[in-house]
Amino acid sequence: MKEDRRRFLRAVTAVSAAGAVPTGLIAEESHAQPLLHTSHAKPRAAIGTPIQAYLYLTSPEAEFVDAAVARLIPADGLGPGAKETGVTFFIDRQLAGAWGTMARNYRQGPWPEGTPQQGYQSRLTPQEVYRAAIREVDQLCTKRYGKAFAGLIDAQKDEVLRELDEGTLAFDSVPAGLFFSMLWENTQEGFFADPIYGGNRDKIGWRLVGFPGVAAVYIPYIDRYNEAYRAQPVSIADMQQKIVQVDEHGHPVHVMLAANEKS
Amino acid sequence: MAATRLKPVDVVTVGVGLTATILAKELADAGLRVVGLERGAFRDTNPDFMLPNIHDELKYARRYELMQDLSRETLTFRNAVTETALPMRRLGSFLPGEGVGGAGAHWNGVTWRFLPWDFETRSRTIARYGKGFLAEDCTSQDWGLTYDELEPYFDRFEYLYGISGMAGNLKGVIRPGGNPFEGPRSREYPNPPMKTSYAGSLFKEACHSLGYKAFAMPSANMTQPYTNPYGATLGACAYCGYCERFGCEMGAKATPQTTVLPALLANKNFELRTHANVVRVNLDSARRRAISVTYVDSQGREFEQPAELVLLTSFVFNNVRLMLLSGIGKPYDPVLNTGVVGRNYAYQTLSGVNLFFEDKVFNQFMGAGALGTAIDDFDGDNFDHSSLGFIGGGFLHASSTGARPIEYHPMPADTPRWGSGWKKAVAHYYNRSFNISTHAACQSYRTNYLDLDPTYRDVYGLPLIRMTFDFHENEYRMSDYLTAKATEIAKALGPVKMNVNGRTGKYSIVPYQSTHNTGGAVMGADAGTSAVNKYLQSWDVPNVFVIGASAFPQNGGYNPTGTVGALTFWALDAIKNRYLKQPGPLA
Repeated sequence: MKEDRRRFLRAVTAVSAAGAVPTGLIAEESHAQPLLHTSHAKPRAAIGTPIQAYLYLTSPEAEFVDAAVARLIPADGLGPGAKETGVTFFIDRQLAGAWGTMARNYRQGPWPEGTPQQGYQSRLTPQEVYRAAIREVDQLCTKRYGKAFAGLIDAQKDEVLRELDEGTLAFDSVPAGLFFSMLWENTQEGFFADPIYGGNRDKIGWRLVGFPGVAAVYIPYIDRYNEAYRAQPVSIADMQQKIVQVDEHGHPVHVMLAANEKS
Repeated sequence: MAATRLKPVDVVTVGVGLTATILAKELADAGLRVVGLERGAFRDTNPDFMLPNIHDELKYARRYELMQDLSRETLTFRNAVTETALPMRRLGSFLPGEGVGGAGAHWNGVTWRFLPWDFETRSRTIARYGKGFLAEDCTSQDWGLTYDELEPYFDRFEYLYGISGMAGNLKGVIRPGGNPFEGPRSREYPNPPMKTSYAGSLFKEACHSLGYKAFAMPSANMTQPYTNPYGATLGACAYCGYCERFGCEMGAKATPQTTVLPALLANKNFELRTHANVVRVNLDSARRRAISVTYVDSQGREFEQPAELVLLTSFVFNNVRLMLLSGIGKPYDPVLNTGVVGRNYAYQTLSGVNLFFEDKVFNQFMGAGALGTAIDDFDGDNFDHSSLGFIGGGFLHASSTGARPIEYHPMPADTPRWGSGWKKAVAHYYNRSFNISTHAACQSYRTNYLDLDPTYRDVYGLPLIRMTFDFHENEYRMSDYLTAKATEIAKALGPVKMNVNGRTGKYSIVPYQSTHNTGGAVMGADAGTSAVNKYLQSWDVPNVFVIGASAFPQNGGYNPTGTVGALTFWALDAIKNRYLKQPGPLA
């Protein structure tokens, strides 16, 4: 655990040294104190650092999501995981917004179960699915292990997640498989979406795979075969804050990494 | 509430997308007063598609910013007539657009011509293989026009949209480097082919080693700055990798915005009304003539817009739905096998292979919507089907369309579903993988069709369109054959691992497949089996033309837009040069 944290902090330090990224957002990795960022942020990063407060998730729900996404994409030898990159915060904001309320989806009944081919037929919105399912999972964990999900050891968490994934758990209020697929999709979204949505902090997800984010003009590179294009990733916020150089069409000018430099 | 009756105009278009903008431009130029009614918002390159925000995968690719708002209107779906159709509550399998430009704003830009064979599927199949070769319930048919008739109109669309490529058949002369299987072209493409990505180059190499003929896919992503016949200038593509589901910040993708709207909006004979949702075409008492259309604006007010000519120019589903809601033509009944409106709905049949390497990197985040290398050896009737037990086919390709990481992070099939093992595989293979895909036809069948749903309604209280669709034996066999070819090509490249993703199981509306929905208001020479004649004119209400892929009697192996563009100019020609001179049935 300590080693993980050291490695994580090393990664963060390397990143902020390399390129113009405000680090206040990512220096916090404790799930127990999710709301305290502004007061603990370093002075350099304080200006312009958004307030991080959960809009939808209750405190136990946030703990559940933190604990679950930390198993789905864990912090490990490859670097920080979903929890550290702000995926819980991302999910909270998605649930509070148009996606969480199905604002652009069809919501009229009736709601027969349907076939798998007919897709999402739940009467519940994603907001409601999370609320109902987390309650069910925590009740199950308390019954089975004597603790809510967030308090379980990793092997127990994985067992519960596996059962959710395989749909072998049956809940009254919501299909377990539906909740798991939503949680897993949201976790990947939060890990890889532009950091403006609150996840993928410091572009950790993009650095993991080598995705450059907002694209540059690739005309000179598209036919340079079998030659990795390695650049410091650029987010939409970097562009809006004008901390990256742009060309005449408004594309960022990517800062290329040296051969052995880690992104 | 009574609708406000507006001043009559000559022409009204329902929807202002790819087909409507062309028709409106040409008819307004001819002196007609044209009103374009668009249910969505106005959109243009600047400011709507500007950097940096347009490079936002979550917003555009996952939350479908440019797509149809399903809270107002969706469709219902079932695999078979024996099931109860349920609403598509979230987008998935296909992504109809909304707003000015329609799906033409967020498309990739792959712009094929259908094969000569495609237009005569039934008669040529019977001529070569005999009558028994078609499945008994297959309702695929001839289009009522031939490739040769349509060729000049393909040409016009390609020059308007600045398509890039290399002619493989120039006036009957086969030219190495192009697609040797295509129908003859009267002249070269307006722009040279796109560059080739590493994935494309390996695919090409493997195909040539196997004796297949690879070429650069025809593309509406500009390979150089281009000024089209309407005077619109498009920029050159930056290979940024954000085409499909996105707008183009460079104005380098041919769309209604970049090719036609500048000239159209400058024409005083044209008026664009956005947030104008057409709910009905009003007919005279004999149901032989359209008098007007009724639409609802953003404030819920109803308007009646009288017009001499009504052009249904929305996506497949709305073209058919408006016909059904308005009583234009006889609704199709699959049990009695009568009627035509809603008949022959079809789709696209896809499969593919993921290839994983240890010693190669692909930078697949670079690319363009139509950047790909393809072979056409197994499309249409380009190969002998006599021992194969199916008709049709498709093209195989390796494309580089942008590897945005939420949706694109390929892993070998034996990767754990989540956890550290997942993370490791994603990190390792993100840049060491590419796909070889098959993109194939879908024949039409008696039980695949569109009608009005008996239960579910839109925000105006009107019935949703209901889709009844599944793949049939012909499509599974065809897809298996093509998947085996893709696998053969993949193996020639010696990947360390490979996932073969064949087409199995029922059609599902959940995973994205393709926005190449076709049919429902199909064209033909026989009013008993088509909703519109060969000029895309309603057989029953001759001052209504129904333009788009809704006219395809079945779907070919290609992306449909090139053929939709050609049909648009073909219908326009008939309207301008024949219908306007003597309004009435053209066939």
